[in-house]
Amino acid sequence: MMAIVKARAKPTSAPAKPAAEWELRLYVAGQSPRSLAAFANLKAICEAHVSGRYRIEVVDLLKTPQLSREDQIVAVPTVVRTLPPPMKKVIGDLSNTERTLVGLQLRPAANRPKE
Amino acid sequence: MRKPSKPTIPAMLGLEKCPSGIRGLDAVTGGGLPRGRPTLVCGSSGSGKTLFGLEFLVRGIQEHNEPGVFMCFEEREKELAQNVASLGFNLPHLITDKKLVIDQVAIERADIAETGEYSLDGLFIRLSAAIAAVGAKRVVLDTIEALFGALGNQTILRAELRRLFEWLKDQGVTAIVTGERGDGTLTRQGLEEYVSDCVILLDQRVTEQVATRRLRIVKYRGSAHGTNEYPFLIDATGFIVLPITDISLNYTVSTKLVSTGIPKLDAMFTGGGYYRGGTLVVSGASGTGKTSIAAQFIDAACRRDARCIFFAFEESPDQIMRNMRSIGLDLSRWVSSGLLRFTASRPATFGLESHLSTMLKAVEDFKPHIVVIDPISAFAAAGTTFDIKAMLMRVIDLFKSRGITTMCTSLTRAGEDDESANGVSSLMDSWILLRNVEVGGERTRTLFIIKSRGRKHSNQVRELVITDQGVDLVDVFVAPDGSILVGSARASQEQMDKVTALSMQRDMRRKKAHLLRHRKAVEAQIAQLQAELAAEAEDVGQEIDEDEANALGRTIVRETLASERESAGRPAVAAKTNGGKR
Repeated sequence: MMAIVKARAKPTSAPAKPAAEWELRLYVAGQSPRSLAAFANLKAICEAHVSGRYRIEVVDLLKTPQLSREDQIVAVPTVVRTLPPPMKKVIGDLSNTERTLVGLQLRPAANRPKE
Repeated sequence: MRKPSKPTIPAMLGLEKCPSGIRGLDAVTGGGLPRGRPTLVCGSSGSGKTLFGLEFLVRGIQEHNEPGVFMCFEEREKELAQNVASLGFNLPHLITDKKLVIDQVAIERADIAETGEYSLDGLFIRLSAAIAAVGAKRVVLDTIEALFGALGNQTILRAELRRLFEWLKDQGVTAIVTGERGDGTLTRQGLEEYVSDCVILLDQRVTEQVATRRLRIVKYRGSAHGTNEYPFLIDATGFIVLPITDISLNYTVSTKLVSTGIPKLDAMFTGGGYYRGGTLVVSGASGTGKTSIAAQFIDAACRRDARCIFFAFEESPDQIMRNMRSIGLDLSRWVSSGLLRFTASRPATFGLESHLSTMLKAVEDFKPHIVVIDPISAFAAAGTTFDIKAMLMRVIDLFKSRGITTMCTSLTRAGEDDESANGVSSLMDSWILLRNVEVGGERTRTLFIIKSRGRKHSNQVRELVITDQGVDLVDVFVAPDGSILVGSARASQEQMDKVTALSMQRDMRRKKAHLLRHRKAVEAQIAQLQAELAAEAEDVGQEIDEDEANALGRTIVRETLASERESAGRPAVAAKTNGGKR
């Protein structure tokens, strides 16, 4: 996967917290209802399953269009799990929780996802 | 063929066209692809779609200063660059020059899980960024159908595609979208629904082991276009479309003449020789001397410093030169002096279009005055009669428009002389037929001119000989009964004529001698008679003299007597001298 990402929309590292185990990046194209919904859904899912151990970055492709090429983003919204490896990608507004969990393999325990 | 192609089909007002830069295509489409609209190029795999798109972009940059974006869904940027490097397209260079952007969209089904609604804005953003980066006017999407394999939600995908093509139109870029041919449909995924302004189909088919590529414009909204299938080639410099409609029967002709290389053959054409820029076919069965005549034509031309190309399709150049050396024609010195170029290949190796392209290129390169194609009948191995005729039409038209004098040789099967030499005799201005006739137990080579457009020509059948000094025609020999004889019949008749002449001469001599003798005899007689006459004259003369003398004597005596009788009283008269002989 790519190297360290450059300046983003809102880095969210809180002091004195353990390093986030899960790093997720949400690519959106502007503030559309869909992207807002995706963000909300993502937040909810993360809270529900990996609370406290995650970090979400939002990348607005309208602001940084070159990232769409560098990170090979075609559909929007796209969520990429950068950590822990392997990298996983899902597209859509994340309204389907089950699929999101499976796609991002967000289950902390070693649950074999039915692919 | 780098000259800008003139559109032969008039463009309608209102629809601006974007010249593609692909040779021949602009002529067929009447100016190029529709500007600002997407064109669909479909074909089965290997038919050349990617190359079509790339050439469109590269030519746009090089010739029209229109930067471009190539969005590829299947190949990698590096592979693309490598693949086209051999055509002279230096993609990395164009990229660093900021004229070209290649964006590879990597999209794998396995990577992506669909969790809800989405849009393809990412693609739009990428495309937009790429277009903005270089100010692109041309875009190629190759092949967007790959998205269908990666993304499961067809509804979303199709809606987004429709949006994408509308968006492309809004951007004002001329786009090419490639699609894989479907069974019974133009594209597998039905892209023709969305991209319907212009659809071009690339086809590759194999007939009798020879593969030919064809291009067809299925649809072109808003413009007249050629509707036929046009053969095209992908050669070392890219795409070439070879439309037959590019041929207009519009070329200026010359009235200058070109020698055939055989003086007596020149004499058979009124004025001497062929028209410059004309076409000539020499047909005949095996062994009648076609290649020799062609070689002599070239030899004579090179002596005049004319440039020549010899397209050999049956023998290698070395073999031809060796064979011609045996009849006294040294073609190798023209080759080394650069006036003559040989190009040889077997017709069956490539399709007809390849041969056409090779010939056209050679002519463009070398700019000859004279071209020999030996033999055109060899093309039967590479295509049907119809195809051959079409190809030859193009070749000949091109040569004529450049004022090149063309000589073709054609092998006909013995006994089929009058078949119109592979159906191409109607393309030729002059037609010389060679025929070996069997007369008196031997075969003699004969030649005659079947037709010569625009010129009077002799209608005699001439005997052709191939000597150590080249090809020549034997003078016409007319037998006493008016027929023309050739070969040993002629030789024997000539012999007989000689003998007759000799014997006539002898007769004459004899008669003359006889006359002489007669004259002598008569003269002798005359002499004799004259001698007799003279003798008689002399005798008579003498007698007359005697008579006179006697008469004089008698007179004197009488006078003497008379004088003596009277002289008794007279003095004596002095005695006259006697005789009084006179």
